[in-house]
Amino acid sequence: MAGKTVYDKIWDAHVVAVRDDGMTILYVDRHLLHEVTSPQAFEGLALAGRSPWRRDANLATPDHNVPTTNRAHGVDGIDDPVAKEQVLVLDDNCKRYGIEQFAMTDRRQGIVHVIGPEQGATLPGMTIVCGDSHTSTHGAFAALAHGIGTSEVEHVLATQCLVQRKSRNMRIEVDGELPFGTTAKDMILNIIGRIGTAGATGHAIEYAGSAVRALSMEARMTLCNMSIEAGARAGLVAVDDATLNYVHGRPFAPRGAMWDRAEDYWRTLVSDADANFDAEIGLDATGIVPQVTWGTSPELVLGIDEDVPAPDDFDDPAKRELCERALAYMDLEPGTPIASVPVDRVFIGSCTNGRIEDLRAAATVLEGRRVAGSVTQAMAVPGSGLVKEQAEAEGLDAIFRSAGFEWRDPGCSMCLAMNDDRLYPGERSAATSNRNFEGRQGHQGRTHLVSPAMAAAAAVAGYFTDVRELA
Amino acid sequence: MDPFEQHEGTVAALDRANVDTDQIIPKQFLKSIRRTGFGDNLFDAWRYLDEGEIGKNANERRINHDFVLNEPRYAGASILLARDNFGCGSSREHAVWALQEYGFRCVIAPSFADIFFNNSLKNGLLPVVLDKKYVDELFGIVHHEAGYTLRVDLGAQAVLGSGFSAHFDIESEPKRQLMEGLDDIGATLAHADAIREFESRHRRRMPWVFARGGNTR
Repeated sequence: MAGKTVYDKIWDAHVVAVRDDGMTILYVDRHLLHEVTSPQAFEGLALAGRSPWRRDANLATPDHNVPTTNRAHGVDGIDDPVAKEQVLVLDDNCKRYGIEQFAMTDRRQGIVHVIGPEQGATLPGMTIVCGDSHTSTHGAFAALAHGIGTSEVEHVLATQCLVQRKSRNMRIEVDGELPFGTTAKDMILNIIGRIGTAGATGHAIEYAGSAVRALSMEARMTLCNMSIEAGARAGLVAVDDATLNYVHGRPFAPRGAMWDRAEDYWRTLVSDADANFDAEIGLDATGIVPQVTWGTSPELVLGIDEDVPAPDDFDDPAKRELCERALAYMDLEPGTPIASVPVDRVFIGSCTNGRIEDLRAAATVLEGRRVAGSVTQAMAVPGSGLVKEQAEAEGLDAIFRSAGFEWRDPGCSMCLAMNDDRLYPGERSAATSNRNFEGRQGHQGRTHLVSPAMAAAAAVAGYFTDVRELA
Repeated sequence: MDPFEQHEGTVAALDRANVDTDQIIPKQFLKSIRRTGFGDNLFDAWRYLDEGEIGKNANERRINHDFVLNEPRYAGASILLARDNFGCGSSREHAVWALQEYGFRCVIAPSFADIFFNNSLKNGLLPVVLDKKYVDELFGIVHHEAGYTLRVDLGAQAVLGSGFSAHFDIESEPKRQLMEGLDDIGATLAHADAIREFESRHRRRMPWVFARGGNTR
């Protein structure tokens, strides 16, 4: 019998029952909630007269809708009445059902995918779900983590389970050393560029290889975060010392004898040598250069040294059409060097790149430099209150501020522009977030996805530029 | 959830691949705490020329007459014909609610994004996966024949129309749930004993999952 992948092992450890029809009832260890995709689930629960199966499996925080300024007054500081109602409804639901919430004024509040790992609420081997597609982030800890819809949020609240069919296994092996100036963000954008936004649909990805092993936990989170942009609901990395060192000592993590016992188990969360993968992809890290997306899908991505493509560069008629549409929406001419395209706003933050290492990487570029006069706005939005505190303790806020960046309070912010942080029609951003869809960052806004260092470089230059030349 | 057995309706053809859920229902409408009220804002940035806001009266919006769904021939359409990777991106179930409220009962495409596919099944919106050659054929027919209708028969797993017929695959359980309009949660709670049994075993085996910051053995 073939060995098991990490995904197989976690799956097998959570099977409650296999129904007659072959669907699996899978136990959920951790359920993360936020204000946008939970209200209708709580309403459904109440209408059916049900209550949460296991309250302490849930952890909530408002993140999508919260403003990133004027936070001293908490919910009362939200100007938008509709957003305010949504945050209040989360407050009410958490109180009513006894669910732990890091509310707006809590110093631990932040983007749900930043606070889970930060608190140790994300542990290896767990099944973790959230009504947000970037739940794949938590896979960095060898957890099985994926996004769910609101009906499933209600289902998990009511039953602590999901009804699932197992995904296929895909391994993406990245070997060699990532070159200077390139990051996990460049790695994942490069992967998505190769396999496409549906390249891993139906699969759970395991990222492996020496380049992945060499990544910090925060970088692995960036990598796993964008699995969904490759079509995979879940992406994960096997356990190693880096995993355990990161988790150790976090508030929700086990201590003492229980830690030892957990560690013994967690160490088994590596794929067996004879495990079978349904799909395998190999990639040489040494060839990756800083990436910039040029179009309206994350797969439309270039190295900073490349030119915007023409429709005729694509053989597939669907890709040709996607290219045409993207060129028009992004207002770009084929053949334009991406390294000459000017930016209006710069956004550093999000569940993809809003952690301390991301802020450090951007600050390294910004130190002693100024945001170009042609840039309308540059903002740094820490992923959580604790990330913000840490950055301030390190003096990063001063570097951002003196460079001309706005230093904001934590939230999803301009990644999806549900609050006031947004692009205006026709504006172009350099953004460290995860989606460049039409209108994602604001009606008729144009988004280019990059790493934090590349975003900082674009802020300083006023256009996309190779961060390796600034260093 | 309303049962889905079969449905006959006008087909609207949306000839784009990778239609993401940000397009299906833009973020500003996600502030609602309700499951309804999204239909007027389906494909908002494509349907209208002005920027949509929550509470804006749809009758006062500037219509984008170049967008296919605004073509008179597609008025009252209830079957959406789409291209690969439909529903990619954000997990927002609001995308499914918006499609349903607009009047769609069924989406036909060569492939769907996983989360969208699941969300559709949970709400009784039937996602039909048809081979690309059939989808191509349908785009051709719908393009030439205004008001073209299809009948989607879930029981027979067939899509039938004038000059067109195709079989589609769907797994037995979602099919049964759609046809009977079953309460998904109720079905899982029928296994409550098994869940409790698993949970106590799991708690013994992996106590750290349950004990926040615990240090007991």
